Amino acid sequence: MTHRIKLILAGASALLALAAASPSHAETTLSFLIDNNPDTVAAAEALVAAYQAKAPDVTIEIEPRAGGGEGDNIIKTRLATGEMSDVFLYNSGSLLQALKPAQTLVDLSGLASQAKVVEGFKSVVRADGKLYGVPFGTAMAGGILYNRKVYQDLGLTVPKTWADFMANNAKVKASGKVAVAQTYRDTWTSQLFVLADYYNLHAAVPNFAGDYTANKAKYAKTPAATKGFERLKDVHDAGLMNEDFGAASYDDGLRMVATGEAAHYPMLSFAIGAIKQNYPENLADVGFFAQPSDDAATNGLTVWMPPALYIPLTSQHTEEAKKFVDFAGSVEGCKIMVETNTVQGPPLINGCDLPANVPPAVKDMLPYFDAKEKTTPALEFVSPVKGPALEQITVEVGSGIRQPAEAAKLYDEDVRKQAKQLGLPNW
Amino acid sequence: MTETPPHSRKSPYPLWFFIPAAIIYGVLFLFPTISSLWYSLTRWDLSTAQFIGLENFQQFFSEPFLVKGLVNTLLYAVTTSGLKTVCGLLLAVLLTSNIFARGFLRTLVFFPVLVSTIGIGITFTVMMHPTKGIINVTLETLGIPGPGWLTNPALALFSVALVDVWKGVGLATLIFIAGLAAISPDYYEAARIDGATRLQQFFRITLPLVRPATVIVVTLSLIGGLRSFDLIWAMTRGGPGFSSDVIASVIYKQYQAGFYGLSTAGNVILFALIAVIILPFTLRFDRREVEE
Repeated sequence: MTHRIKLILAGASALLALAAASPSHAETTLSFLIDNNPDTVAAAEALVAAYQAKAPDVTIEIEPRAGGGEGDNIIKTRLATGEMSDVFLYNSGSLLQALKPAQTLVDLSGLASQAKVVEGFKSVVRADGKLYGVPFGTAMAGGILYNRKVYQDLGLTVPKTWADFMANNAKVKASGKVAVAQTYRDTWTSQLFVLADYYNLHAAVPNFAGDYTANKAKYAKTPAATKGFERLKDVHDAGLMNEDFGAASYDDGLRMVATGEAAHYPMLSFAIGAIKQNYPENLADVGFFAQPSDDAATNGLTVWMPPALYIPLTSQHTEEAKKFVDFAGSVEGCKIMVETNTVQGPPLINGCDLPANVPPAVKDMLPYFDAKEKTTPALEFVSPVKGPALEQITVEVGSGIRQPAEAAKLYDEDVRKQAKQLGLPNW
Repeated sequence: MTETPPHSRKSPYPLWFFIPAAIIYGVLFLFPTISSLWYSLTRWDLSTAQFIGLENFQQFFSEPFLVKGLVNTLLYAVTTSGLKTVCGLLLAVLLTSNIFARGFLRTLVFFPVLVSTIGIGITFTVMMHPTKGIINVTLETLGIPGPGWLTNPALALFSVALVDVWKGVGLATLIFIAGLAAISPDYYEAARIDGATRLQQFFRITLPLVRPATVIVVTLSLIGGLRSFDLIWAMTRGGPGFSSDVIASVIYKQYQAGFYGLSTAGNVILFALIAVIILPFTLRFDRREVEE
């Protein structure tokens, strides 16, 4: 018994000694908040392991958080209450702007790694001329994942126009399979037909984003913008969806398109990572194409930028955190991520090339990036306005509860609220 | 007229006696209530708050789903409260009678009250899955096509309400059992001698005499129903679309979107709504009790 007490005392005094003797130089522990997507966790772990090998005096503790709206909530609350971790991962574009980066985040413009980051990415982490983040992962796109085996078996070709797409769907349905997987249990997945249609909207109305931000253009009054909602209705009315679409989850959607239960799943290409994790034996069966348009000549890809790493102003270890973030944004860091993380599109750091064995779905995307004018950034990267209720509205249209025109009008209302909260002029 | 009015009669306790309680009350209740009234008038991002007058309230009432949320809240509160009261009373009568395994059955009815709401929500979501859930699979084997309990916009709210009743009826039963135990057996004996039937005994003796318990059950379940959130959020997140949104979930969505002032305004509205419904209700029944 006394032996045990002695041991405890010894341990306690050792701890005390450590605590007393660790001023700024010795061990630093950085906290690192990421989302709980398995792919993100894998990439973050590899990145941290590589960095800790280079800088043994730094310990980085990874803390996973929920994704989606719940995750946004955690980020905003922790940032506002000064409880944020030393480094955190969060969206770029409009969601970053809602964090008021100039007031809450450390300016990362001076990092050496910024020199090789491509301009397209810098533009979505910039506020007041300063850069606040470095990219985490590769660019991605919104479009339609399809099962290549189903396409082969039914002799289908990748559609460029909406009419071709619907014709393919009819053939898939006739073969007894699900033509389009929809997963409204995870409401965010319902937005893809609208969001991925932005390339087509941009092609038809090139100044839409600017006018929309300035309160001059509306979804309800722009036929090309309402089209996204109509696509949802088309698919619902033709009875192409899985029977349990209202209760199916994101993972159900991935399973369906990966195993060939469904032919199509409208999704962001980051899903390729989840398919690699959960259905690795089916990864080669999944392909990807841009959302079809009305005219085959203007078919192109709506591109999403990856999330970025940020440092809050409240961090106690800003210098150490900056070194880690600089490493993550370097060519070396990018290569580690590209190797462990699934590639979802082209990397955003010059000198960090894609490996030769990328999944077919990524190969399908590259021609759009190589060609001129075949890609455009998604609306949420060119305008700070995105209404929070879009996912509920798209669920309604996709379930046949609401008509597209009415949905567009409702979304305009939702957007107005967001713009007013952001304090944008003219609203 | 030098007579002291009754309210200024000297209290037997010195003032400092109340101070600790007053501090706790002020810090935990008064300050948050008043500060939320203030924040409901601002555009608030948790670090800065800009005064914008009644704009948040205006926005909240022009919210296309507020009206629906309001109607849903009332529907939900009335349905759950009504069913909990009726079922609770019937169960209490059953469980105070001389039936087999009474203690065990009482435990069984009370058990759901002890389980986490979120856990119940997730379990029932799985059970109510339109194609794979145990409910519809069972119905299918009986040849009945099961509805989309949580995916049909006309049904979703009521499916959640039923689960809420299942979860909460145990507490109502417990309160009613206590109320029934307080009724003197003499009344029943006298009634039996006068030749009253079971049904007459129930309506003429039991029902009037458990009124205090009924008032408690109705008040508690009505308040619970009006501010209900966790079960709805766990099961439908207000969906499909907005069809099972209640005020609390509308508020939560505003908060999620970062509209903190707006969601605080929603909370003030919810607070007012509950006060407006519950206050006259309890006042009325309190007075009746005094009159009797």
